[in-house]
Amino acid sequence: MKPAPFEYHAPRTLSEAVSLLRDLGEDTKVLAGGQSLVPMMALRLARFDHLVDLNRVGELASVKRRDGTLRVGALVRQARIERDRTVAEAVPLMAKATPLIGHFQIRNRGTIGGSLAHADPTAEYPAVALALDAKLELASAAGTRVVPASEFFVSTFMTAAEADEVLTAIRFPVWAGRCGFAVEEVARRLGDFALTGAACGVELDDSDRIARAAIGMFGMGSTPLRASEAEKALTGNPATGADVAEAGRAAAAESDPPGDIHASAAYRRAVGGVVVARALRAAIEEARRA
Amino acid sequence: MPEPMTVTLTVNGERRQMLVEPRKTLADFLREDCALTGTHLGCEHGVCGACTVLLDGDAVRSCLLFAVQAEGAEVTTVEGLTPPDGGLSRVQAAFREAHGLQCGFCTPGFIVSVTAYLRDHPSPSDDEIREALSGNLCRCTGYQGIVNAVRLAAGLP
Repeated sequence: MKPAPFEYHAPRTLSEAVSLLRDLGEDTKVLAGGQSLVPMMALRLARFDHLVDLNRVGELASVKRRDGTLRVGALVRQARIERDRTVAEAVPLMAKATPLIGHFQIRNRGTIGGSLAHADPTAEYPAVALALDAKLELASAAGTRVVPASEFFVSTFMTAAEADEVLTAIRFPVWAGRCGFAVEEVARRLGDFALTGAACGVELDDSDRIARAAIGMFGMGSTPLRASEAEKALTGNPATGADVAEAGRAAAAESDPPGDIHASAAYRRAVGGVVVARALRAAIEEARRA
Repeated sequence: MPEPMTVTLTVNGERRQMLVEPRKTLADFLREDCALTGTHLGCEHGVCGACTVLLDGDAVRSCLLFAVQAEGAEVTTVEGLTPPDGGLSRVQAAFREAHGLQCGFCTPGFIVSVTAYLRDHPSPSDDEIREALSGNLCRCTGYQGIVNAVRLAAGLP
């Protein structure tokens, strides 16, 4: 299996990269880690006249925490996120989600920006970004803009980014206070695409009530989903005895999972609810210990 | 057809400069242009792990990387893991000793992955070993011999 021919461009700066995207036309694709794009090209599910490789654009590979925001450059690799202290302290949900992505050889190449821009609805990072109200920075030759995660994921493999735009960084709000986070998923084998999964965050107030709940689901629709109704139902309740099973059912009711050879829609909905409940329980436990 | 591009990289310590078509994967480049056929190609879309090589020390799928992307990089294939005297590396010897292979097709990928993994995690638990091996497929052994080989290479009881 060989990809169709393409012309290869390896810009060294972001301004070079966006100029290339402006000048090369519509049949141009941005290449980051390549762990999803290159298989699609090898299988001839995708072909492009031009690839613009971001791997030499060093300015996209920084991690910075400032004033309650963690800003992760789009080219930061999953392997780095997995072991980065700053990420683990500022956005524990990212650190917890990362080991579930592919295998360590994949994470050595795969990037956070690539994962988000690819917008696979069964992927972990998009659900984490959605649950945490992350903001995505996009750049083109015409300028820059910031898109909230809630508006970024349009459909399967489709985002709000235009063909001439590059995803340059992701901003995560840092949760302060007594917080807990957990990611749970069900996959046929370790490293496989998840059949269904949930990324949850919970913040407790001083009297052990749930002050904030965030539930992101993956594999449960054509995009990552936010279980807003379930979040609302949990907020204000005491952490002890919070009905996470009911919250899981409510979250599943907000989903629209696909059926395929691996699992029917009904199976995904049933298991998805349980997975949400497990993630919530683990997040509440962690918050209570904080 | 796009013009071939010049790529300069180091493969197993040897500097190479060649003309390659942009769409040529690093795996095909190693096999066809460098005649290093120890790197095997199973699935050619990132699932099986047979083509695993070290790119600047990190284990990666060489079928998911274009050779032109390796400009300036240091690539190590299974051939480059053997000691200078031509014998077997510790990981290779452990695979032979513990029956970590049968047909041997997947073995180069396992050897490269395990070499990188044990460098970073010198004494893994059995669960960690199995997780580390999950990115490489073997259709013969049932994996038990491979797990034993990793344990042996790590000097674990």
